[in-house]
Amino acid sequence: MAGAKDISRRIAIAGGFAGAGWLVANATGLTEKQSLDHVFKAVEDWTKIAQRTLDYPHRLAREYSPSDISPVFKPNGTFNPGTDEYNAHAAKNFADWRLTVDGLVENPLSLSLADIMRLPRRTQITRHDCVEGWSAIGQWTGVPLGLILKAAALKPNARYAVLHCADNLTGEPAKGGEQSPGQYYESIDLVDAFHPQTLIAYALNGKRLDVAHGAPLRLRVERQLGYKQAKYVERIEITDSFAAIAGGRGGYWEDRGYEWYAGI
Amino acid sequence: MHSEEVETKPLGFWRRLWRDAFAPISDSEGFYRHRTLVRLTHWINALAILFLLGSGLNIFNAHPRLYWGKYGADADQPFFSLGAFDVPGGTVGITQIGPWHFHTTGVLGWSKVDGEFQARGWPDWITIPSFQDLADARHWHFLFAWVLALNGLAYVVYSLWARHIQKDIWPTRADIRAIPRSILDHIKLKHPSGDAARRYNVLQKFAYLGVILLITLMVLTGLTMSPGFDAFFPWLLDLFGGRQSARSIHFICASLIVLFVAVHLIEVVLAGPVNEVRSMLTGRYRIPKDHP
Repeated sequence: MAGAKDISRRIAIAGGFAGAGWLVANATGLTEKQSLDHVFKAVEDWTKIAQRTLDYPHRLAREYSPSDISPVFKPNGTFNPGTDEYNAHAAKNFADWRLTVDGLVENPLSLSLADIMRLPRRTQITRHDCVEGWSAIGQWTGVPLGLILKAAALKPNARYAVLHCADNLTGEPAKGGEQSPGQYYESIDLVDAFHPQTLIAYALNGKRLDVAHGAPLRLRVERQLGYKQAKYVERIEITDSFAAIAGGRGGYWEDRGYEWYAGI
Repeated sequence: MHSEEVETKPLGFWRRLWRDAFAPISDSEGFYRHRTLVRLTHWINALAILFLLGSGLNIFNAHPRLYWGKYGADADQPFFSLGAFDVPGGTVGITQIGPWHFHTTGVLGWSKVDGEFQARGWPDWITIPSFQDLADARHWHFLFAWVLALNGLAYVVYSLWARHIQKDIWPTRADIRAIPRSILDHIKLKHPSGDAARRYNVLQKFAYLGVILLITLMVLTGLTMSPGFDAFFPWLLDLFGGRQSARSIHFICASLIVLFVAVHLIEVVLAGPVNEVRSMLTGRYRIPKDHP
């Protein structure tokens, strides 16, 4: 006969397997009901903490040689914002495009493309990794975002740079039922905003950005995935929280379930 | 009660396992084969790998193409791809491996979801979640990636400290000399009995070392796909020949783990499923008697 200890061991083992089996059988249902979202958020936080711990002192993303450049740099997301306003800018080669920097700053800025191209620039050949799995290598030229933010002089409570874009990607439903606006936006924290490779870029492979790749200005935040690399940037809002913007998760794709920290 | 019936009929696998799980096995009949931490990490590992495979295939479906090198996207030539193509008379699923193309309609490339055909690399019955969603699949994948890595680390550190790897898994010279005989034993499906059953056979040792290596490669190639991690450990990119190569090696190692699991399960069934599963639940293993 099995003793009491054996019975409890049997129950523990059987219970463990029943629990695991239940999890496997219900994985799809749990995903649909978003029951584990707080667990997944914790996992994202561990990943971010682990990566930020390893990022000391601040490391650069690998820079490649010109012979490594992809023959075709695949554009993705919006290929052309296509609004009347954007088309008018494109027709004038973006001569009147302005990048505003506002929010928690001492000196709000409004920079023309010519202003930006007069600032010190950085050119880097880096790899773009789409969350879908593909990669493309290209040469980017732009102004380090840190320079622009220093000129704007951040207030002490500044925590994030929110990039507002001219493109509207409708059609992809937001998570949790509530439909956030389809206007593209992204956000990064100040660690990434002041990283030397983080650029407001205006050229790809030695040519001014074309429309499909985000003309006239886009973000390059190397060390994160493609969806963070906001295109058609027209406004940088410095804030202490992005909870009140659109779906509240800090970006167009974040509002649709993707991680805010896209270093993995 | 139906006790007489139970006694006279041969019991099924689950009932025998339940009855025998904690049956006392004397030291002459058997031995304590798997320590608690090895058993625990074994089952956590099994669950993690199941979830990682299912969610990994869902992630794969977001871009069902594999490349070699530093970059790779739609304009570049994949060595493996799953796609849906329109042909006269409908759409077909095509699996491409190098220069070869195979029709895999219904399973790979083009398969039914809720009765409707859809372009998707792997079919819905094998992915986690079953519906196509990259964001959700990534959440499951990274959750169990942490489980796999920490659990694997616990196993390796403990097994080195307890000399489990050195004593039980690392092949001896005698093992190496016994390889041809062990291959022959495996072909004849002959399993060791008596004293030989107290040790792993040499092919088994290589299989376990192999799967430890494969899981290590899974973790490293997985980390190589992380643009953040690459900035901290760029040598990983050189080790695997670029991010797209790392992604491809990740997929190939996952396939080899599936192969390992298949052989592992077949061997458990052939070697005596109740005894084998019990030893991984309670640690006690009954030595098969010398049979004629």
